[in-house]
Amino acid sequence: MGVKNALSIISNEKIMAKERQIVIPGETVVSGNEFLPGDGAYRDGADVVAGRYGIANIFEKHVKVVPVSGAYYPRRGNTIIGTIVDITFNGWLIDFGGAQNAFLPVAEVPRYVNKNEMAEFLNFGESVIVKVWDVKSRGVDVSMKMRGYGKIEGGMIISVGPNQVPRIIGREGSMVNMIKGATGCDVTVGQNGKVWISGKDTDKEVAARKIVEFIGENAVTVGLTEKVEKMIKKMGLEGSAPEIVAENTDAEDVE
Amino acid sequence: MGKFVMPNLQKEKIVGYLKEGKRLDGRTPLDYRDIVVEENISPSASSSVRVKFGKTEVLAGVHLALATPYPDSPDAGTFMTSAELHPMASQQFDIGRPGINAIELSRVIDRGIRESGFIDFKKLCIKEGERVWQVFVDIFAVNDDGNLLDVAGLAALIALGKARMPVYNKKDDAVEHDFEKKGLPLDKKAMSFNITLHKVGDSIVTDVSKEEEEVSDYRVSIAVADNDGKARITAMQKGKPGAISSEDMESILKIVEDKWTELFPKVKEYVFG
Amino acid sequence: MAGSLYKKRFDGRTVNEVRPMKASVGVVPSADGSATFETGGTKAMAVVRGPRTLHPQHMQNARTGILRVSYGMMPFSVWDRIRPGPSRRSEEISKVCEWALDAVIDLSGFPNTVVDVFIQIPKADAGTRVAGLNAAALALAHAGIPMKEMLSAIAVGKADKTLLVDVDKAEEDFHDGEGATDVPLAFTSRKKDISLLQLDGKISPSELSEAIEMGRKACEDVLKVQMDALKGATGEKNG
Repeated sequence: MGVKNALSIISNEKIMAKERQIVIPGETVVSGNEFLPGDGAYRDGADVVAGRYGIANIFEKHVKVVPVSGAYYPRRGNTIIGTIVDITFNGWLIDFGGAQNAFLPVAEVPRYVNKNEMAEFLNFGESVIVKVWDVKSRGVDVSMKMRGYGKIEGGMIISVGPNQVPRIIGREGSMVNMIKGATGCDVTVGQNGKVWISGKDTDKEVAARKIVEFIGENAVTVGLTEKVEKMIKKMGLEGSAPEIVAENTDAEDVE
Repeated sequence: MGKFVMPNLQKEKIVGYLKEGKRLDGRTPLDYRDIVVEENISPSASSSVRVKFGKTEVLAGVHLALATPYPDSPDAGTFMTSAELHPMASQQFDIGRPGINAIELSRVIDRGIRESGFIDFKKLCIKEGERVWQVFVDIFAVNDDGNLLDVAGLAALIALGKARMPVYNKKDDAVEHDFEKKGLPLDKKAMSFNITLHKVGDSIVTDVSKEEEEVSDYRVSIAVADNDGKARITAMQKGKPGAISSEDMESILKIVEDKWTELFPKVKEYVFG
Repeated sequence: MAGSLYKKRFDGRTVNEVRPMKASVGVVPSADGSATFETGGTKAMAVVRGPRTLHPQHMQNARTGILRVSYGMMPFSVWDRIRPGPSRRSEEISKVCEWALDAVIDLSGFPNTVVDVFIQIPKADAGTRVAGLNAAALALAHAGIPMKEMLSAIAVGKADKTLLVDVDKAEEDFHDGEGATDVPLAFTSRKKDISLLQLDGKISPSELSEAIEMGRKACEDVLKVQMDALKGATGEKNG
């Protein structure tokens, strides 16, 4: 992975949004009072400095550092996949691989649930897709009132690095669509790095799992789309693979 | 909090797929993962080794020290196995004194080695009733992705197989900071190694992954040695709450014999090669 | 070096020369961040787990996350077997390493949580706490933990009257003349502040100033190795 120096980035406004450099904590990303430190960056005199390890993005003088590894930090609006670990008098506690469990209040499920029948609606060990609607110091509140959220049944859940999620989704969902085309499986990616794979039979799901894990392990590789295509061919998977966007090697922020 | 929680659907998937004779990582029920061995990771130890089964990784080393023999066996060296299931390896492990899992693991491995007669303890006697060698095997888990017991067991065997005797200074009754060319007094023919089987749903599985281990009903660890080309069991341990039906016991013994025949030449190569 | 009894280093290095160094990140797949750092015959591994909820609850801090460092040597890392588990030595080193790392990290965004750093030494030829700190700083960065700066550490030593960087075991055991002095140091990568400082031996204040300067320079070499490890591997791929 090539490291572009800051000057070449600011010299070309057009490619600025796409140019990425890997920075380490304390490293000057760019100098100049016109630049604004955003997420993962801070100001030190004239310098904008990386406040964590990751890829520096400079877009319209706005500097941020996007992590490439590490734990998942929930954010409002994220879609996450988790498992019920406890039932309280007014909601469910969900393990999603974060620092704390998420709380799903009984009022945030799509239908009325009697407080005596909560386990019948969602029981220990059952899995859900939920939306983060508040992040507090003591925990995360989630909801599944909206369409597309709820209990999941069948299929399997696998874990990838949360920072690999954008690559697994691909630009405008291209990577997920490619997996779906090749295996016929539905692939739902939670921003917490949990991926739900559900297909006609387990063989197909296992094939999809292999591809997802391959993407996760090669997330920073250049030309990933081509490699995944090759892998799908090698696995002898055919299917109505949708048209793939030609250049798809950049991680997109999914937010 | 932070403890691993297995979703119900995952358990159903693992169990259901095993009914078809398949595993989620592409293996068949009795397949092992790829084994990687790296020797001499710490040159100042008598021996040291890194062993990986897939992503499960264990380090082990052997150390020899001078000791006084036990009164009931004044002419025999002594032996101790200890294991650290360090929080480095898994979020399920805690810091501090060894927990019951670490104690059980080291005792199961210790028994397998001790009872097989692999180490010739009589030859570790320097002066009867006064001076013997004490053999330490230390095991350190670096990453837990299932079946730590067998990975640690193999690491311990390789470390013993590769161990060098320290130079003994008779005059000062002390150990020099140097090693002899010769290794530990081992009875190569007596070596046993550990095979752990798990009951997952209706199936019996070897070399479990982390998620299979998480949902298994019970495990049986069996240390098997060579008796003129036939398997000979030298130590056993049933773990976890489930109970073994008599039919399962029969198939477990059959599987262990087959697996032992398949793996024994490879293990010998790792330990003595 | 004039008039010193230690004129030429045992391994032929110049006094300002560090041992061959190597680093990599992502070595423990199940961790949030992990790294190894090697210098000569010393190797350190570091694993980061967290931020995660701190138990027991009364230890929690509602204003910030807490850093917790645990250092240890593996039983087979040196000639004399190290007993498994914590010792007085390892407890103290854990604490000074914790203070050293606390100077560069910012856990204010993760109240009530703990970030655990586990440092382990699989093989040792002196300088284990500084190698451990170098690995720990890498692992924290790899875990995506907010850090104002990186951290690089080195042991500067003195054998009789000769100042040396990155001392090995043979130099640490130098007995002639004034004997051996060991000064483990850590510097922050941007401000170049000192965040670890210990000393064991005999040294004059002016010699110590010089030793600190030598350490500061040597840490530039360390930082370069750390930077290469982080820039070379940005995935969660494991080796």
